[in-house]
Amino acid sequence: MPDPGGKSPLRVRQLRKTYKDVVAVDGLDMEVRAAECFGLLGPNGAGKTTTMEICEGLTAADSGEVELLGMHWERDAPQLRQRLGIQLQETQLSEKLTVSETLRLFRSFFQQGPEVAEVIGLVQLQEKADSRVGGLSGGQKQRLALACALVGEPDFLFLDEPTTGLDPQARRQLWELIERFKLAGRTILLTTHYMDEAERLCDRVAIMDHGKVIALGTPRELIASIGAEHLVEFSSARVPDATGLAEIEGIRDVHAENGTVRMQVTELHRAVPALLSEMARQGIPLTELRTHSATLEDVFVTLTGRHLRDE
Amino acid sequence: MPFTERVLAQLTLVRFREFIREPEALFWVFVFPILLAAGLGIAFRNRPPEVLNIAATTPELARSLAGEKLLRVDQLPQAEAEEALRVGKVALVAGPGTNGAVIYAYDPTNPEGRTARMLADGAVERAAGRADPVASTDRLLDQPGSRYIDFLIPGLVGMNLMGSAMWGIGFTIVDARRKKLIKRMVATPMPRHYYLLSFILSRLCLLVVEVGVVLGFGALVFHVPVRGPFTGLAVLCVLGSMLFCSLGLLTASRVQTIEAASGLMNAVMMPMWICSGVFFSAQRFPDAVQPLIKALPLTAVIDALRASMLQGAGLAQVAPQIAVMGAWLVVCFGLALKLFRWR
Repeated sequence: MPDPGGKSPLRVRQLRKTYKDVVAVDGLDMEVRAAECFGLLGPNGAGKTTTMEICEGLTAADSGEVELLGMHWERDAPQLRQRLGIQLQETQLSEKLTVSETLRLFRSFFQQGPEVAEVIGLVQLQEKADSRVGGLSGGQKQRLALACALVGEPDFLFLDEPTTGLDPQARRQLWELIERFKLAGRTILLTTHYMDEAERLCDRVAIMDHGKVIALGTPRELIASIGAEHLVEFSSARVPDATGLAEIEGIRDVHAENGTVRMQVTELHRAVPALLSEMARQGIPLTELRTHSATLEDVFVTLTGRHLRDE
Repeated sequence: MPFTERVLAQLTLVRFREFIREPEALFWVFVFPILLAAGLGIAFRNRPPEVLNIAATTPELARSLAGEKLLRVDQLPQAEAEEALRVGKVALVAGPGTNGAVIYAYDPTNPEGRTARMLADGAVERAAGRADPVASTDRLLDQPGSRYIDFLIPGLVGMNLMGSAMWGIGFTIVDARRKKLIKRMVATPMPRHYYLLSFILSRLCLLVVEVGVVLGFGALVFHVPVRGPFTGLAVLCVLGSMLFCSLGLLTASRVQTIEAASGLMNAVMMPMWICSGVFFSAQRFPDAVQPLIKALPLTAVIDALRASMLQGAGLAQVAPQIAVMGAWLVVCFGLALKLFRWR
């Protein structure tokens, strides 16, 4: 698809990387458009981080091409480094330094960028500015890591699993920060194995598995691609007659398992009343009824037969 | 401040902060060398010459023997004198023989007895009017500059330079590598050689205290001299510290765990602790290995420090040692930059 806003900041062609006998990235193509938040979603070991580190110039690919901000790592590394903000997955910043000392250090590496106090304000760590890094909570450390990626006023932001291991409140806080950078027009490439994170933050998502992109699109497109918008689950005193259910308009894929019946539904407002009247007709009382909108998790399950968090 | 200098200043400042916020490191670098110097200084201090107790059985003999300052003479009756010798209260009994001769009774296996025999005989002969054909005087080695503690302090300074640079740098680097902090740093535009250089610079800031503490202790407590020009000594310390920093960087350049680093550091330093003459002269090793020992960095540092402090040598006189140090510095830093694992 041609890029309406001019040249894409990141183009990846036929990327391949093998570690000993493991193929980490297997002929990957990808394009990140200007000012979008692009998500790499996939289970652990899918090759997300390796792909990211090749794009960041930290790992050399075996073959393939990476064009970042119109430049190439082999030729333009110093200029590229000045324009990138990078947050790595497992970095532990020095515990004995304070928040502002850490940021002053990182700020000194970049020729331009905001003042340290301004960045501290951005990630809402004002009250912790003079605290040692060792005393910060997980969420605060992650926000500091984000701040370290922002001190150079980057044109392109790499975030590798920015919320892994955080509690729900800290995750939401971090999401709000990332959403603000999106609004500020930054291009972001982020990896995650949380589908809710990808759905909330990403304009487009590439679902990765075994080093390949197996699906690409907006979260909405991907969910629509599995042909079901909603899932309905119910339990009842007796198992109902499945053929009667399958005849209801808009209900597909009926599965009965351990007394629970699952089905895919396109139009919830028609299917649910029809389901209820069919159950009344068969004289079976419902003990439980649940519906949820299809998620990226359902997309992954449909495509691979596995769950994202399965190891 | 220009961009590049600001980077180096910030990196150095961070190294410095990380060090002073680590209380254990402060102990090993500043307190431990003092404890070591104090302990060894006391153990090997020069004792005043010992005075030997002897007995004489006649007043004439007692008078003759009193002329010898290193003997303390008691005049005792024969039986009591024999008893005192037997229980070890005196080392020797001098009694009259026939025709004005003297009989010395002592245990020949006891060195004190033999010494007393020589001293007593000399005193008796001199009292009887012996003229010595060769005149002699004594020069006693208890002057500052030639005692064991004088030998020891430059050795400790050298060992401290090596230990603090190697441990300080080795552990910090391996820790940063383990925490993926090095990888994070190279993901920024930071010039890589500045990262390594910052370790050397922060060490040099600490050097003043580190060397000063040991030298100051030696000078104040044991009056260890610093005879050479002060600037020369400073140059040697700076060069020595930079050299060991480079060696530390090289040693830690690829190691990934603290355990491996610890073993490797010990393997690198052990030969120098033993051979480079920290506690005893390196000259004790066979001639065949002397060129090897002289090429060790710690040998060069300690030899140069001793020459400067104890013999007052200037930099020109320790040029060979400076050449050895410079070569190690350049080779180690170059190799470290080449081999360093930046992830």
